[in-house]
Amino acid sequence: MPKYEPILLKNMLQPGYAGTLADYERAGGYQAVRKVLGQLSPTDVTGIVMKSGLRGRGGAGFPTGVKWGFLPKDYQGPRYLCCNADESEPGTFKDRQLIERDPHQLLEGMLIACYAIGAASAYIYIRGEFVLGAKILEAAIKDARAAGYIGKNIFGSGTSIDIWVHRGAGAYICGEETALLESLEGKRGLPRVKPPFPATHGLYNKPTVVNNVETLANLPHIVNRGAEWFASIGSPPKSTGTRVFCVSGHVKQSGNYEVPMGITFRELIYEHAGGMRGDKPLKAFIPGGASAPFLTPEHLDVKLDFESVALAGSMLGSGGVTVMEEGTDMVWAALRLMEFFYHESCGKCSPCREGSSWLVQIMRRIVNKRGRMEDLETLTDLCKNIAGRTVCAFGDAEVSPILSTLKHWRQEYVDMIQAAEAANLIRLEPVGTKH
Amino acid sequence: MLKEKYQAEIDEILSRYPVKRSALLPLLYLAQREEGYVTEAAMQEIAGILKLTPPQVYETATFYTMLNLKPVGRFHLQVCKSLMCALVGSDTVIGWIGTKLGIKPGQTTPDKLFTLSIVECLAACGTGPMMQVNDDYYERLTEEKLDRILADLRQTGTSSLKTGPFMWPEPAKPGV
Repeated sequence: MPKYEPILLKNMLQPGYAGTLADYERAGGYQAVRKVLGQLSPTDVTGIVMKSGLRGRGGAGFPTGVKWGFLPKDYQGPRYLCCNADESEPGTFKDRQLIERDPHQLLEGMLIACYAIGAASAYIYIRGEFVLGAKILEAAIKDARAAGYIGKNIFGSGTSIDIWVHRGAGAYICGEETALLESLEGKRGLPRVKPPFPATHGLYNKPTVVNNVETLANLPHIVNRGAEWFASIGSPPKSTGTRVFCVSGHVKQSGNYEVPMGITFRELIYEHAGGMRGDKPLKAFIPGGASAPFLTPEHLDVKLDFESVALAGSMLGSGGVTVMEEGTDMVWAALRLMEFFYHESCGKCSPCREGSSWLVQIMRRIVNKRGRMEDLETLTDLCKNIAGRTVCAFGDAEVSPILSTLKHWRQEYVDMIQAAEAANLIRLEPVGTKH
Repeated sequence: MLKEKYQAEIDEILSRYPVKRSALLPLLYLAQREEGYVTEAAMQEIAGILKLTPPQVYETATFYTMLNLKPVGRFHLQVCKSLMCALVGSDTVIGWIGTKLGIKPGQTTPDKLFTLSIVECLAACGTGPMMQVNDDYYERLTEEKLDRILADLRQTGTSSLKTGPFMWPEPAKPGV
């Protein structure tokens, strides 16, 4: 396996590193924020981040510095930073490790971001199930506050920044930035219509930046080692730096792997993750979390960067790579993901709320050997009427498992339906809407 | 009453936010910690604390799956059934639990010790099959591990097999 220098996982890979404040400082922690507060202006920091080419690691891949730059310059009232730690995309489990093993790395990144955008308050919106992560973060904040790194007049610089942990309560949609803000305001996590964007009308209607855990964790390293260093890693000019890829499914060694962007799926799956479980042939993989369309063995040499995966017809998304071996039933796999989306649809937009229910019903009918050939047309038609017709990107996400499996493995659907017809199991009366 | 018992904690929670309503989820968690689930009385009290109407509290409480609106057993076993866990055998785990405890998903054992729920992704896809029991994650479940976990929970209320802080790959051991 080629050795790459880990950046975000580096500290935690050292023997005995427990992620305490003392551990983090021994590893050089909190030097970047000292430098930022003492020597750089907020505009300088934003400039460095823009130059580094850092793009959001939550899923959308929007350039971080550009996002910060959208905040109104002359606004005098409060501004907010929200750390999106609502890691809920099936296939993704990197933020959990970054939070539980090296919480101060995230906190330092947040301090840097707060300074750059002029925010005095920041919230870490962490998914409710991460109870351990929330406790670890709260303890880390307490330690950093006691040391004078969080709170009033940090390092005697005159800058005051406070950070709080806010636990979500089990809603996937709260990872969507505007739904996250609604939830943080104590409401149902329903996405807001954009524009206006959070940059001008965010938390409490104030200018707000929402950044993912991994994005923020990169900041101390960019400040310490320079924008040019970061921009030279990975697949420049558009996909710079490393990514923590989460590999799950039928591989020998599932887990998190931090590699430069631009290596191939073949290298990630066969070298880092040890190859296929039982050395069976690979049948399919999802390249970037449940929202990303499925890819096939033909795509193994696609590079793991934003553009290459998009060219292959999918997306790099949250970095969750799920691998399936030969023999996996793709209709069943699509149904499982569809059930997830059906369960998690927030209900705000009719196409998604009603459509996800219909899609699940039809998919269950096909898997339960009661499918009809016209179901395939109905599925496609429904998907087309959901994608792009909702307030947030959830609608696009929920159709991707069905559309991509229909594209690559349509015959499996056809075989299943034909077998049902041949066995004369087909029910001609309308199927009830209850499920 | 939450206010009588937790006034200091409630004040601390309220101090984190410039707008009171933001404290709603933390206060609902407080209510759930107290009774095991969120009671109607607690929702009304919280509405009073935050100057909201009871329906405003109720509409939020009903949106989030981690807030129980009815009692659950002492140990809430939540098994992830999403695709990533399903690929590595979560359906089998659900079957084992059902057989061992004699309950179906959504049910509680007659002694009120265990409730079994099937849930969607818990962000432990690389270490599936997994389940969450109350606040703790249990990962890479096998039948043998599950037997030990259930026995431990019955005897001591917790189990050393719980996982975290999560790390993969495991760091090298000192001196190796």
